[in-house]
This record gives sequence, C-alpha cells and structure tokens, in this order.
Amino acid sequence: MKKYEIISKEKLNENITRLVIYCPLVAGKAKPGQFIILRTDEFGERIPLTMAGHNEADGTIVLIYAAVGRTTMLMDQMAEGDCFADIAGPLGKPTEMEGLKKVCVVGGGTGNALAYPIASGMHNNGIEVDMIAGFKNSELVILEEDFRNNTDKTYIVTDDGSYGEKAFTTDKLRTLLEQGNQYDEIVAVGPPVMMKLVCGIAAEFGIKSVASLTAYMIDGTGMCGGCRVTIGGEDRFVCVDGPEFDGSLVDWDELVMRNAYYKEQEAYDRAHVCRFTGGVRYSD
Amino acid sequence: MINLSKKKNPMPEQNPDIRKRNFLEVSEGYTEEMAVNEAMRCLNCRTRPCVSGCPVMVNIPEFIEKIAVGEYEEAYRIINTTSSLPAICGRVCPQESQCEGKCVRGIRDEPVAIGRLERFAADWHAKNPGNADFETKSPNSHRVAVVGAGPAGLACAGDLINMGYDVTVYESLHKLGGVLVYGIPEFRLPKEIVAAEVSALEAKGVKFITNAIIGKSITVDELIKEEKFEAVFVGTGAGLPSFMNIPGENLLGVCAANEYLTRINLMKAYLPEYDTPIIRAKKIAVVGGGNVAMDAARCAMRMGAEEVYIIYRRSEEEMPARAEEVHHAKEEGIDFRLLTNPVRILGDEEGHVTGIECVKMAQGEVDASGRRSPVEIPDSNFVIEADCIIMAIGTKLNRLILNTTENLKANKRGGIEVNEKSATNRPEIFAGGDAVTGAATVIKAMGAGKTAAAGIDEYLNNKPE
Repeated sequence: MKKYEIISKEKLNENITRLVIYCPLVAGKAKPGQFIILRTDEFGERIPLTMAGHNEADGTIVLIYAAVGRTTMLMDQMAEGDCFADIAGPLGKPTEMEGLKKVCVVGGGTGNALAYPIASGMHNNGIEVDMIAGFKNSELVILEEDFRNNTDKTYIVTDDGSYGEKAFTTDKLRTLLEQGNQYDEIVAVGPPVMMKLVCGIAAEFGIKSVASLTAYMIDGTGMCGGCRVTIGGEDRFVCVDGPEFDGSLVDWDELVMRNAYYKEQEAYDRAHVCRFTGGVRYSD
Repeated sequence: MINLSKKKNPMPEQNPDIRKRNFLEVSEGYTEEMAVNEAMRCLNCRTRPCVSGCPVMVNIPEFIEKIAVGEYEEAYRIINTTSSLPAICGRVCPQESQCEGKCVRGIRDEPVAIGRLERFAADWHAKNPGNADFETKSPNSHRVAVVGAGPAGLACAGDLINMGYDVTVYESLHKLGGVLVYGIPEFRLPKEIVAAEVSALEAKGVKFITNAIIGKSITVDELIKEEKFEAVFVGTGAGLPSFMNIPGENLLGVCAANEYLTRINLMKAYLPEYDTPIIRAKKIAVVGGGNVAMDAARCAMRMGAEEVYIIYRRSEEEMPARAEEVHHAKEEGIDFRLLTNPVRILGDEEGHVTGIECVKMAQGEVDASGRRSPVEIPDSNFVIEADCIIMAIGTKLNRLILNTTENLKANKRGGIEVNEKSATNRPEIFAGGDAVTGAATVIKAMGAGKTAAAGIDEYLNNKPE
C-alpha cells in the first residue's frame, strides 16, 4: 500500500462519502475526537477533517465527508488506489472521557460522521451512550447500523418525518431530558446553529455540554493563528486547545461569522472544479 | 590594491514601481565585476571584527580575499566550512547588526557589503555545477533524529551528516524549510534556493519525513525508545502568534502575519492555479516593526492593495527589521506610521474591519531593552481607515514538545531550557532556535543548530557503548 492511498471509497448517501485511507503514522496514534489536515494535490488547500475512525493494525484511518467545498468536491473525484498529496495528524486533543458514566451525543447531518467515533469510543470505554442522530430526510440517513451496534440507545430523527421520528435533534434531546434521563455530559457535533441550541438546552438542565468546533486552519499545530475562537471571553485556538470546547462558553455568533469569511472565494472555487480541471490535478 | 570607494557597490534591483506588483526577487545579485570590485574594498584587517559579529563565525576576510582574485568556488568552500546555508544567509541575515555592523570600513564610510558577497559566492556555486563536493566523514551508523526542517534543523542535519551520522529529519508541514518556506516571501528568498539546499542535504544522505508531527504522530520519547535514535535535536520553531488583546481583534479581516504569510508563501495564494483563499483588501494596515511586519506589508502590496501601512509604536531607529527591508518597503510605497499604537479595531455591522483607532506616542525613558520606551500622548487618538489588519507583533512559545516529552525542562520564557552546548536536561535531547529563544533570526537558529550538532557529536563520542 502506498502512503495516503484510498483503500476503499463508499457513498453513504447522495452527498456523503466514506474513505478508508492508508496512513499508518496517524492511525497508530489517533483517538476519538481528533482530526487530520489533508491536501488533495500540490495545488490544493490544507483542510482539517475530524476522523470518523481508525484501525491501528491496518494502518488506516476513516474519513467521512460531505462534498460541500472545493477540496471535498475534488475528493469526490478521487478513486480507490488514488493517493492524497499529504495527510498530517493526529491533531487536536482527544475527546475527554474520564469520570463520565452516562452521556448523550447529538449529531446533526454530516456531523453524525464525526459524532460516531466519539459516541462509539465512549461506549467502548464503558460509558453509557444515548445517541440522537438527526437528518433532513430519509435519504440522508447515514451510519444507522453503526450507531445501533455501538451505542446503548440510538434515536434517529428526521426534520420531515420521512424516517424514524419526526423531530429536530433539539426537540428529541429536550424530550429525553424531560422524561427524566440524567446525563453527565451532552456532546454536540453538527452545524453551529444546532450545537448552539443543544448547548443551550444542556445549560437549562444544568448539564455540562461539549461542542466539536471547525475553523479555518493551515498548519494545525499552533503556528498560524487562523482558527482562533472566543471561549468564555478569551482567545483559544481550535487546533491545539480544541477541537472540543465547553459548549456553554463558546461565542457562537462570532464562530459562524468567522467561518463565513472566505465564502465568496470558496463559491468561485467550487464553481470551477469541473469546468476547469475536470478533477484532481496531477503534477510532479 | 584596496578599493577606496566610500560606498558599497549598489545592488542591482528590480524597479520599485514594477516589483511592488510581482513576487520575483527584488535584489538581482552582483555581477562578477561588481563582486570583485566590492571585495577589493575589504582592508583584510588583522582584528577581523566582522567574524566576531557572525553567529556562525564565517571566515569573512578569507572568503572575500578569494572573491577579489576571482576564486569564487574557493570563496564558497571557505563559507561552507562554517555556514550550511550561505545562499540563504546572504539574503536574510541582519548584516547591519552583525558582520557589517562591526566592519572597520563602516566607521567612516559604508561597510563592505559582506552579505551581498556571501550571496554572490553561493549563487555562483549553484550556477556552476560540477564542482567537487566537500569532504564528509564516512558513515558511522549512529542514528540522530532532527525535529523540524527549519533553519535550526537544516543546519544541525547538515553538520551531522558531514560528521558521518545517520540523520532523519521530521517535519510537520508538507514542505521542507520551515520559516524559509512558509514565512519569508519569494521576492526576498526564492523557494528554489531553499529547495536546492534541501536537495544538497538529501544527496548527502539526510532522510526527510514530512507530515510528521512530533509530539502527536510520534513523541520524542518514542523516537528514542522505539525508533532507536541515540540523540534528538528539537528545532520546532516558534508557536502561536501574539495578539494585542485590544477590542475588535476577531473581526473579519484581522489575521496574524503568520497566517497571511503562510497562505501566500507556503500555500502560494498569489498563483492562480492554487486553491488557497486569501484576504483581498484595498487598505491594509500591518502592526509591528520587525521583518515579519515588512514581509506582510510588502506581500499585501503585491497582492494588489492600494494602500499599505506599517503601524509601529516606536521610532524607525528602534525597528527590529533589517535596514534593507525597511528601505525596500519605503521604496515600494508602504506608508510608515511610526510612534503610533493601535487601541482598538473598528468594524461594520456585518463584522468586517473598517479601520484601526490609534494613539500617538512620544519617546520616553530608556527601557530594559535599551530602547526609549514609547509613552502615550493623551487625547491624540485618530483612525486609519483599513479593510484588513495584520498583526505582526511576535509569537509565543509552542509547548507541544515540552508537554509530550518526559521530564524535559522549560526555561523562564516557556521555551525548552538548554545550556551553552544546546543540551537540555535530558542528555540525549538537544534543542535550539525559536523553540528555545522565542522569535529570533534565521542565522541565530542556524547557529544553535550547529552548536547542537557539535554537542551531539561530543555526547555520542563520550557515551559508553
């Protein structure tokens, strides 16, 4: 196997794909909640992606991504046997599990892919895990079997009720809490707006919340300063202080604002993936 | 015969009006004729103060003498015996505060252009291949790991391979060179020069592993215990950028110079074929007075900004930047606002930067750094309009290696503690460069890398088998 080679590629739904990649340097050390930085090719950006799993024995890592930006669209065009130019990691702090007995993990959309290693990792560490996995509709549901096999209870909810229960993840969480479920911690992984609401509900019930944040990042090791977020009124860096933070302390509005900074350039780049290059570009 | 001209031979340079919109190298280098003429300005004085001004003690009068008689390869060989990266140092060293600052000719006239001559010798060597390689000792099979492929790591690796060690360099980024590739812009240090220095080391047998984050992918202790390295040099560079902690620093359009420069230099945001997004602003204000601030300001101009400001709280005299960079920046139309200190950053309703509010400063008493400390003039606040603010006010220390290496001691500033031989409290671990000192210069990092190589050699020679 070649370095950073795609061993398998599987479409989980229309937008979301699972890649298994040979990357022993990362696989040997990866823990739930950590991320990698990758480049598709010489001309590509460096983007951070939280790992959806890893296998130390095979030297592989799992990435699940939605093709929403230029880099992920280029990744869609890569095939089994193709290699990434670079993958560096594992980066960030692993998910904190110490002292936890019962946790509720809430995943939204693609965020479920990143919630999965956290939920299953906790479950495998003897923590009782309730999983709320929310999707827009039945066609977008991913990882249901994985969740059912690796958590204590899995609740699949959809916005339109076309699969599972018709509810937003926030509704389901509130119901579970009102029914008297006790959690030591609530973990939110998904769109910032959902995470903000989930962490708000947790606070209402006096429960600690943890949110996994995404930000622009270049090196991922604490050099560029691009990923700074405000946590409890202080500057923190997602790459070295995160990616998981106390949800009650996150300045969500600032995070949403900062993550939209390159929106126009990204829209331009997206529009040019296929018309210009037809896919990943090769260079020596 | 001594050339008595009071001034240095001027450096051929791209016209400022043209170069401020391109990324080609600003200084084009001496011709042979200029180099010989400049070399003849050296008095070859017996006291050799220039050598004592050089952190790696290059035999300056000796190499200049060789240039004066046209023996350029020999000049290069002399430099190379003490400096691993002459083509780089000739371009980026702060010569005015080192070798040239001590030159006897500088007392009355301009000093000898030592930096330009060093660069000439190195570039001549690069352009005239086929010269015999320098002697290296035969391999001794002792394995040494170098963490970080920046100036400290490359210098250390270069010396170790010459001594016969089996050297592996680990780098966290995808390209080799550290600050030489992510920080210093192409127009000041062409990346092909860095690549050539790296290939020269590779040709000698140094192994490079990119995308390896020591402390994350592998720890220093694992390098020693599992990978069986007998000694490790840590040259991981500086850490997170400092911010001023003034209101508005998280507005859209405020970034650290590290990020701005990395996007441009490492990620080639100035070339259309690269995907890297970059701030495209019309009025850019850079806060700081060091080389990084100059680099960011000059990059901003080249990225198409209409107005670029340097905001610095002291006067020009106290600027830590190389004199040549300040001079070049001015020629390129950078607007220097000195004795000016930001107090807050202003933004619009959508969170985009609109300007920076500053206060004027007066020069007060001499402070601990030996410079006159700036004092705020009350009620002198004013606003500089800008749609992008770049903070270039230094970096903090990166704790990754300290946090992940057993019993490794930190110094008072939070860097790795070392002695005069670059040895840490762990006998098999050495460290140098910004990881020890906090943000400093390329040549000081190189000097530390070389000291560490000597220290490692001594340690391994005395270690019982």
